[in-house]
Amino acid sequence: MSEKVYDVVVVGGGPAGLAAALSAKENGAESVLILERDHELGGILNQCIHSGFGLQWFKEELTGPEYAGRFIAQLEGTGIETALDTMVLSLDAQTHTVHAVSRTEGFRSIRGRAIVLAMGCRERTRGAIGTPGMRCSGVFTAGTAQRYVNMEGYMVGRRVLILGSGDIGLIMARRMTLEGAKVLACVEVMPYSGGLARNIAQCLDDFGIPLYLSHTIVDIQGDRRVERAVVAQVDEHRRPIPGTEITFDCDTILLSVGLIPENELTRGAGVEIDARTNGAVVRENMETESEGVFACGNVLHVHDLVDYVTAESRRAGAAAAAYARGERAEGGEITLKNGAGIGYTVPQRVRVQNCEKGVDVFFRVRAVYDGDLRIAAYSGGERIAAFRRTHLAPGEMERVTLPRAILEKAGEEITLCVEEGAT
Amino acid sequence: MFDVAVIGCGITGAAVACALARREVSVVVLEAENDVAMGTTKANSAILHAGYDPEPGTRMAKWNVRGAALAKELCEALDVPRKQIGSLVLAFTDEEVPHLEKLLANGIANGVEGLRILTAQEVAEMEPHLAPVKAALYAPSAAIVNPWEYAIALAENAVENGAQVRLSSAVTGAERTEQGWLLHTKTGDVEARFVVNAAGVRAGEVHEMAAPRSFETHPCRGEYYLLDKCEGTRVSHVIFQCPNKLGKGVLVSPTVHGNLIVGPNADDANSVANTASGLAFVAETARKSVPDVDLRQNIRNFAGVRANTDQSDFIFGFAAPGFLDLAGMKSPGLTAAPAAAEDAVRVLEEAGLDAPAKADPVTTRRKIRFRELSDEERAKLTAERPEYGRVICRCETITEGEIIDACREVIPPCSIDGVKRRAGSGMGRCQGGFCGPRVMEILSRECGLDPLAIPQDGTGSYILTGHTKEGGTRHE
Repeated sequence: MSEKVYDVVVVGGGPAGLAAALSAKENGAESVLILERDHELGGILNQCIHSGFGLQWFKEELTGPEYAGRFIAQLEGTGIETALDTMVLSLDAQTHTVHAVSRTEGFRSIRGRAIVLAMGCRERTRGAIGTPGMRCSGVFTAGTAQRYVNMEGYMVGRRVLILGSGDIGLIMARRMTLEGAKVLACVEVMPYSGGLARNIAQCLDDFGIPLYLSHTIVDIQGDRRVERAVVAQVDEHRRPIPGTEITFDCDTILLSVGLIPENELTRGAGVEIDARTNGAVVRENMETESEGVFACGNVLHVHDLVDYVTAESRRAGAAAAAYARGERAEGGEITLKNGAGIGYTVPQRVRVQNCEKGVDVFFRVRAVYDGDLRIAAYSGGERIAAFRRTHLAPGEMERVTLPRAILEKAGEEITLCVEEGAT
Repeated sequence: MFDVAVIGCGITGAAVACALARREVSVVVLEAENDVAMGTTKANSAILHAGYDPEPGTRMAKWNVRGAALAKELCEALDVPRKQIGSLVLAFTDEEVPHLEKLLANGIANGVEGLRILTAQEVAEMEPHLAPVKAALYAPSAAIVNPWEYAIALAENAVENGAQVRLSSAVTGAERTEQGWLLHTKTGDVEARFVVNAAGVRAGEVHEMAAPRSFETHPCRGEYYLLDKCEGTRVSHVIFQCPNKLGKGVLVSPTVHGNLIVGPNADDANSVANTASGLAFVAETARKSVPDVDLRQNIRNFAGVRANTDQSDFIFGFAAPGFLDLAGMKSPGLTAAPAAAEDAVRVLEEAGLDAPAKADPVTTRRKIRFRELSDEERAKLTAERPEYGRVICRCETITEGEIIDACREVIPPCSIDGVKRRAGSGMGRCQGGFCGPRVMEILSRECGLDPLAIPQDGTGSYILTGHTKEGGTRHE
């Protein structure tokens, strides 16, 4: 079990890991290693063959593989090492050692002066939402179905019902239709969609697929394979309303009911986790509460657009490079708190001295808001900043920039909240 | 002509086949499904009960205690995951304390060792997450087990010792012949001198192929939650409530995989569907024992059907000459199975089966479980056998080597869940979302199966419906 020390070890070779590794290298890290569990780089983008990626970052519309390909191409000549088909089994956050296994290298320990966690997320399953009924085949998470269809070349059903209106479910509604399946409906338990507005338009509306808001599946029937799904309307507490049942004759149910950052490695290492994001608690430079361990991308919080993953991961990579060469962030911390309407913030803590111009705070709201809105920041009971918005929705990640001057005025805490009809 | 045909390859049939195959006896096992352990064996509480529940003097009491002792030896020898974590029966009120005393007396009469009634304080020290109790019955010999791996290990041991297992061979009729019995099955006729009916919930149907009805089956569904490993240490013993006439009630227990199992309820249904009301009952009742159990960490619900009958004891006896019933194997059937098998062999011998012991039967099995190895063992194994270095199931850390091993077992899997039951892939929090397509690829390669023909589980539970518009060109 040889032990080589890299400046930066990146766990995960999807969009987050790629951007972090490239940024670390650009910012002076001499040796960078990406550990990727799949047999190729790119992560989940490889199965996202639809377009819509890169509008923010590249100002052009790319497919998932194209977006990943741009970064993979940039690796060439940088000296960044990659280890594919390599699974990281555990992390020691104190010694910055990862234990990994692969077919070609066997079991080994690898040390990094800094570690970047970029493992992405996984899909919530039927178990997580507790849908009653038979455990027959034909119930897939949307991402698994996407893999079968886009990577393996197989169809997974003929008459399809989609549960949940997350983006992957919407994309798969269109994809299954284009492949000849009949998509009967998309059913969403909330009174609004969890996906991007553009995906509702392009994946459901354009194909005449009905969206049932405030509905859910109350029974899955079928002896061996799904034969029917019973859908019912739900009340404001998400409880099914008797008498509203609709039965769909379908052989397939795709679940798009949320994503969970995949932090088993992080938890195993004892890194502090935020129960709201299910990701690590991070500071302004994406450093976790475990010194020299950074996190970025969907392992930190679920993003709506990969472009924002790239931006965030570049910050993590640069900070990891700085840490590897011995720079330490110092100074007091401000804790960001979630006030009315705010689901979470990333970062959760800010060291003002480490913010050159200010800090970008990413967050999601807890409900749909329309009208004359403000994202307000309070500290010590005083409103220190406000940002105008006209529309806010949980499906879309939001961002405000708190300038350094504002941060310097703040006390130990800043609370963000949504204000309606405010002036 | 076989000496013995065993109908059903759940835990009972597998145990009988295993015991018979260690004798100089030709054995065929006829299983209706496409794999073994497909009925109640794969959907139950996974407990090896200590043996204080059954009334003293009953067959159930005898088989429970004897079966638990045999299970310990068999699981050790056949490398089946089993952990003797002990159980607690909780009394929440003073009125319930006499129930504990009754169970204690039962247990002592049944020969259960180490039973003891604990004070509230002792219980609180052992299990800090429990609701306040008045007292609890502690049974240190209670254990948890992987029930389907136990059945598969027994069935495969039978095959190693010469038995045949015929899958997808539901028995459709039985005729008495001069030498014994002619059984009609979905894959052809089978002749045997003796028949053992171990058909689980369908044992009544099978009985009636050979003899008039003598018992009624009352299938009884139980529903469960299986929680993520992050809840797996919420309790460290099997936590029961005082039993009632419906059964042993809702339990909360760690599993051998490190998850937490919560359930079951009991309702009259011959169905493995989960219901909103059943799950709500399980949740509410479990919180009475463990108020802070976090059911949001659920990774899977399931339901199993108990083979209850109109008789309180297990049903054991000849339905017709040479046609032995092992029916009504409700709880603690999993625990009882090897003891039932022992008695089955004995009564078959008494009925004329010539069954001398084999000189040198296979009695052991060893499996490689990568995640249980130390770092040094992992380094050594992967250096020698690289296929153990490729992790396929990331949630459970199951390697390609282990999936290949599963595909090459003497009863090979034909489904994704068949691989899961042998290797443990897809048991985790993503429930096979990531590894399913990769397991399919390996199973297809190793067992020569067309991916389009690989079911999720039983016959008919197809996964794929065809090629995509351009996918076919790649595969054809």
